[in-house]
Amino acid sequence: MQIKYLSTLMALCLSFITGYSHGAPADKVAELCGSCHALERPDYEAQGREERFSRKAPPLYFAGNKYRQEWLAAFLQAPYPLYPSGYFPESKLQDTADGDIPNENDLVTHLQLSESDASEVTDYLMNLQPYTEMLSQDNYSEGKVSLRMGTLDFRKFKGCDACHQDSEDNGGFSGPILYDAWSRLQPHYISAFLKNPLQWDPNTIMPVPQMNEQAVHKLVDYLKAIGETE
Amino acid sequence: MRAVIAITLFTLLSPLSHGADDNQGKRLYTMYCTQCHGVHGNGLGVNSSRMSVQPRSHIEREEMMARSDEELFKVIQQGGKSIDKSNLMPAWGDNLNEEEISALVAHLRQLCCEENGNE
Ligand code: HEC
Ligand code: HEC
Ligand code: HEC
Repeated sequence: MQIKYLSTLMALCLSFITGYSHGAPADKVAELCGSCHALERPDYEAQGREERFSRKAPPLYFAGNKYRQEWLAAFLQAPYPLYPSGYFPESKLQDTADGDIPNENDLVTHLQLSESDASEVTDYLMNLQPYTEMLSQDNYSEGKVSLRMGTLDFRKFKGCDACHQDSEDNGGFSGPILYDAWSRLQPHYISAFLKNPLQWDPNTIMPVPQMNEQAVHKLVDYLKAIGETE
Repeated sequence: MRAVIAITLFTLLSPLSHGADDNQGKRLYTMYCTQCHGVHGNGLGVNSSRMSVQPRSHIEREEMMARSDEELFKVIQQGGKSIDKSNLMPAWGDNLNEEEISALVAHLRQLCCEENGNE
C-alpha cells in the first residue's frame, strides 16, 4: 500500500506544481495555505471541540517553533504523506467487514511548490514563533538510548505505537509517522510537546502522556536514534 | 486526588441521565475514540489491525453491562491500567474534563444498549 500510495502521489504532485510568484509573503501564504492550515491561533476558547471538526490540516501558526527549516523547505518541494490514514477526524474512513481502513481517495495529494516559492514560504513560516518563550524553558539535551530499550519503551511500556509508526512496518495509522520525526521536528518541540501537548493544541487527539521529564527525554532520544539509523 | 474528585463527582451527578442529549458524547467519541474503537464502536478502528491488544467492542451488550458507569468513567479518565487492563487504552483525564467524560459514558451506554445506538 505504501508504494502504491507514493507513486500515485508523485504522479499527482507533478500536475500540482504551482508557478505562483507575485505578492507579499504573508498574502501569498494566506492564499496558498490558509484554506487548510491555521496561520493564527484559533479561538479555542470560543469554538471548543468543534474547532477540531472544522480543521482540514495541522495548524501552522507556530511553524517556526516546530519544524527544522531544511525539512520544511524540502517538504514543500517534495511533500510525502505524514498521516497514514489522513488527517483525523477529517479523513473519511471506510468501514469494511475487516475493520476501518483509510479511504485512499481522501488521502490528499499535497500542494507542491517550486524551489523559489518553497524558500520564500519557508522563510515566512519559520518566523511564526509565538512559543519561543515556552520552548526556552524546555531542558532536553541530546542523549543516547539503546535501540532495544527505546523500542521496548515506545511500543510496549508507553503504547505509542498504537497510533504512530516508528518504522514503516510497525505501528498504527491515526498519528503522524515518527520515523522521520528527528529530521522534521526541532528537538525541543518534541520534548515540550510530549510534556504537554495541550499547550500546543488543546484539541489534540493524542492522549497527554503522563510521564516525568526523564521519561520524556528518553523517548526523544529514541526518536533521535531511529531517525539517525534510517 | 483524581479518584477523590471522581468519587465526589459521582455522588453529585449519579445517576447519569442516559440518552437525553447524546450529541456531545457522540462528537467526542468520533474525535477521540474512533481511531481505535472504530467509527461504529465495534472495536475495529483504523489502528486496531496492528495493535497487540484489541480495543473493546462497545456494541456488545453483555460485556458492557458488566461494567458500572463508575468503572467506565474511571477507565476513560485514568486508562486501561487503572482497571488492570492494557495500557493501550490511554488515560484521557488531562485531555477531557469530567463533564465530557460523563457525556462519553452516556454515549457508551447508548452504543451498547439502546436500539439504533450505533448509527
Ligand atoms: C487542500 C488543503 C491544503 C493546502 C492548500 C495546504 N496544505 Fe499543507 N497539509 C494539508 C494536509 C491535509 C496535511 C496533512 C497530510 C499528511 O501529510 O498526511 C498537510 C501537511 C502539511 C505540513 C506538515 C504538517 C505537520 O506538522 O504534520 C506542512 C508543513 C504543510 N502542510 C505546509 C503547507 C504550506 C506551507 C502550504 C501552502 C504553501 C500548504 N501546506 C497548503 C492540507 C493542505
Ligand atoms: C491515540 C493515538 C496516539 C497515541 C497513543 C500517541 N499519539 Fe502522538 N500523536 C497522535 C496524533 C493524532 C498526533 C498529531 C496531533 C493531533 O492530530 O492531535 C500526535 C503527535 C505526536 C508528536 C508530534 C508530531 C507532530 O508531527 O506534530 C509526537 C512527537 C508524538 N505524537 C509522540 C508520541 C509518543 C512518544 C507517544 C507515546 C508516549 C504518543 N505520541 C502516543 C496520536 C497519538
Ligand atoms: C490507542 C487506542 C485507543 C483509544 C484512542 C481509545 N481506546 Fe479504549 N481501549 C483500547 C484498548 C486496546 C482497550 C482494551 C483493553 C483491554 O482489554 O485490556 C480499550 C478498552 C476500553 C474500554 C473497556 C474497558 C473494559 O474492559 O471495561 C472502554 C470503556 C474504553 N476503551 C473507552 C474508550 C473511550 C471512551 C475512548 C475515547 C475517549 C477510548 N476508549 C479511546 C484502546 C483505545
